[in-house]
Amino acid sequence: MKALDNVNFDLIEGECHALVGENGAGKSTLMKILSGVYPYGSYKGEILIDGEQKRFYNVKDAEKAGIAIIFQELSLVKELNVAENIFLGREPSRFGFVNYELMYRKTQELLQDLHLPIDPRTPVGELSIGKQQIIEIAKALSKQARILLLDEPTSALTESETETLFEIIRKLKKRNVGMIYISHKLEEVFSISDRITVLRDGKTVKTDLTKNLTKNRVISLMVGREAEEVFPKISHSFGDIVLEVKNLTAYDEEDSNKKVLKNVSFYVRKGEVLGIAGLMGAGRTELLRAIFGDWRGKRTGDIFIEGRKITINSPLDAIRNRIAFVTEDRKRYGLILEKSILENATLASLKKFAKAFITDKTGEIRATQELIDSLKIKATSPFTTVENLSGGNQQKVVLGKWLLTDPKILFLDEPTRGIDVVAKQEFYFQINNLVQQERAIVLVSSELPEILGLSDRILVLREGEVAGEFLRLEATPEKVMQAATGL
Amino acid sequence: MKDEKQKELPIKLQTSALRAYTMLAILILIWLFFHWQTNGIFLTPRNLSNLMLQTSVTGILAIGMLMLIAAGQIDLSVGSVLGLAGGVAAIAITYWDYGVAGSIILTIFVCMLIGLIHGVLTAYFSIPAFIVTLGGLLAWRGAIKGLSQGETIPILNPTFKAIGQSNVPANIGLSLAFVAIVFIFFLTYNQAKKLKEYGLSNRKASGILKAVILSAIVLLFTHVMNLEGGIPFPVLIFVLTAILGTFITNSTVFGRYLYAIGGNREAARLSGINTKSNIVKVYVLLGALTGIAAVIFAARQASASPDAGTLKELEAIAACVIGGASLVGGRGTVFGACLGALIMSSLDNGMSLLNIRDYVQEIIKGIILVLAVGIDMAGRKVER
Repeated sequence: MKALDNVNFDLIEGECHALVGENGAGKSTLMKILSGVYPYGSYKGEILIDGEQKRFYNVKDAEKAGIAIIFQELSLVKELNVAENIFLGREPSRFGFVNYELMYRKTQELLQDLHLPIDPRTPVGELSIGKQQIIEIAKALSKQARILLLDEPTSALTESETETLFEIIRKLKKRNVGMIYISHKLEEVFSISDRITVLRDGKTVKTDLTKNLTKNRVISLMVGREAEEVFPKISHSFGDIVLEVKNLTAYDEEDSNKKVLKNVSFYVRKGEVLGIAGLMGAGRTELLRAIFGDWRGKRTGDIFIEGRKITINSPLDAIRNRIAFVTEDRKRYGLILEKSILENATLASLKKFAKAFITDKTGEIRATQELIDSLKIKATSPFTTVENLSGGNQQKVVLGKWLLTDPKILFLDEPTRGIDVVAKQEFYFQINNLVQQERAIVLVSSELPEILGLSDRILVLREGEVAGEFLRLEATPEKVMQAATGL
Repeated sequence: MKDEKQKELPIKLQTSALRAYTMLAILILIWLFFHWQTNGIFLTPRNLSNLMLQTSVTGILAIGMLMLIAAGQIDLSVGSVLGLAGGVAAIAITYWDYGVAGSIILTIFVCMLIGLIHGVLTAYFSIPAFIVTLGGLLAWRGAIKGLSQGETIPILNPTFKAIGQSNVPANIGLSLAFVAIVFIFFLTYNQAKKLKEYGLSNRKASGILKAVILSAIVLLFTHVMNLEGGIPFPVLIFVLTAILGTFITNSTVFGRYLYAIGGNREAARLSGINTKSNIVKVYVLLGALTGIAAVIFAARQASASPDAGTLKELEAIAACVIGGASLVGGRGTVFGACLGALIMSSLDNGMSLLNIRDYVQEIIKGIILVLAVGIDMAGRKVER
């Protein structure tokens, strides 16, 4: 089995070359070879830099040749400050003592260069993810990197942080730094890249100038067939109100004087998708968590389910009231990675599968097999370890876990983050299926097209407050962004 | 890439079973080695009976410890609690005339209470388990030293002593073995039937083969023990505890929750599992098992000394780890922990027979513990 098959790829000085493809197309493998994670000899083929053949046996070799990789998961030490992180492992020193003065001065210069006004003494853990990403780039540049590999750099960034990153990328282009940009977000790829290479099943399918390509063309190249309409348009018919929240106010879990949510009220009906839009930090995830009983701070306000007032103090209470919560970051909050699909799928409904306190293995196997079939999870058996599934399939397992609790209301928090175009499509169809089963859906997403394409109604949050509400037909990206930013 | 991984899966699925077989093979190798080195003493009924007796106390502790470790917890105080509980049992029976049943119940109750304290402090007050039980290690040892005023407390009651020193009569042992075999076949049949009902699997042959092998082991074990006067009572309790532990971890909601909590506590909590109360429960359960082990230990010694059980916590943890449990939580089996305990006591027993000096024994055991985990980790890397 070849992860890569005769791939040809070239990078010109000062260009941003996007690399796109579905999960498993071979992008990560290519990156690992280029950055020396996979040593020379574990693959066939050549790497040429300035026409000269290079052999990387480890990451250090690649760094020496001027290649630096910015990983999806940030590799900064949160407890150390900005300067200490940038110079980690190569601190300027005199007689074995770190020369902090020099280190801070150099860091200052680097940061000024990138127009990032941060004190080099700030602990990295206190910075936003976006700023951390830029620190990573600064670190790479301080190593005289001429080739930057950016692997999903914006997956955790807000819109404005993404814009800052793009400015930096443009600046680096002028300095003749070549960049390989991997992203699932085609919008971004088209706005920042000069050329695009599409990988499919480990092969280069196409390399062309960005201006010669269209999004639909790229998608069809990625999947190997013409792209269908991205958002399935099915008319939903709404029933009665299932969930209603009145004047929900939640205080910060650490700082009891700070309000994270201020008097939020909304409702969602049977068979309806309510989209929740807003910038990072607007309180979207917090809203879901506060309703779901996953909140350590103070909360006030009323929650009604089918007209009945209820109290939810723990996730268990929420599940009993038939609310399900497909959390963001499935690896951290959704799955037990080392366990099987079965053990994950029945986790939230295990008591249903038990007589007295003894579990019913065969019943569980059957239910899991049904999920695998109905959600089209690609796995050999219910006993497949979740760790070995692709992101899209893992996400289906999380959804499956909640479907087994037979929820009336589903909270979906960034359900398509980090999964490929095809898996996203499937997920959208799933959402439609759920709606047709008369379930109510509350969808949080940072991707505006997704919110606009899927929601029947859109609630916009800004700094913990409801800043606007739009029906599907009246909503436009401009209106939603205006409400979200308050401009 | 992803496809490649998925194709490897059937092989990977078997690795947990493979690990169990490897461990069995290692145990047998150790046995054969000692048998050869001791000129045929090691594998005699007498020594095997002795070996099983030596395993029972550590084994019972390891079963409780395994469940705790599966939930991502740890208990360093088990040895001290064992000492304290033995003291409580001895005082209750010798000085307070509580009677056999009364003193056993009191002992187990005290241990469960201690488990409750540890559990509440870790789960509800968020004090790391390592710290809580490190405190326990010191405090409970102090408590028994104070309670016994540094003296060894004798146990004179013959019934109580019998718990640790008597054997199950041969015919009763055999009857138990037959009951076990009937049960094994019943379970195998039941499982095959259920699986067939759902049209899921047709691995009937391997199921029967497993049942036959298991039955043979049960019979052989009972026979060997009977040659030496019957199954020692503590060994019977150990075996019953192992069966109970396997049942809890494999087939109960509580058991599944333990692995979920150890595997990803946040995900477990968000799936509606009351992580805190389950953690308290498992500490209490370990407490109960420690109480049982303490009664056996004191009965075998016919006394309770203030330093009884020293280092037992580490033996129990080592048994779990040798048996494939991960200290991060989420992984490990009761069967593995029992095998681990058996490997540890086999080393003890064999090296003692060979008259290897104490300090050398300790060094060798330390090396083997690290080696076992090292090999396990290396194997896991290849797997990925």
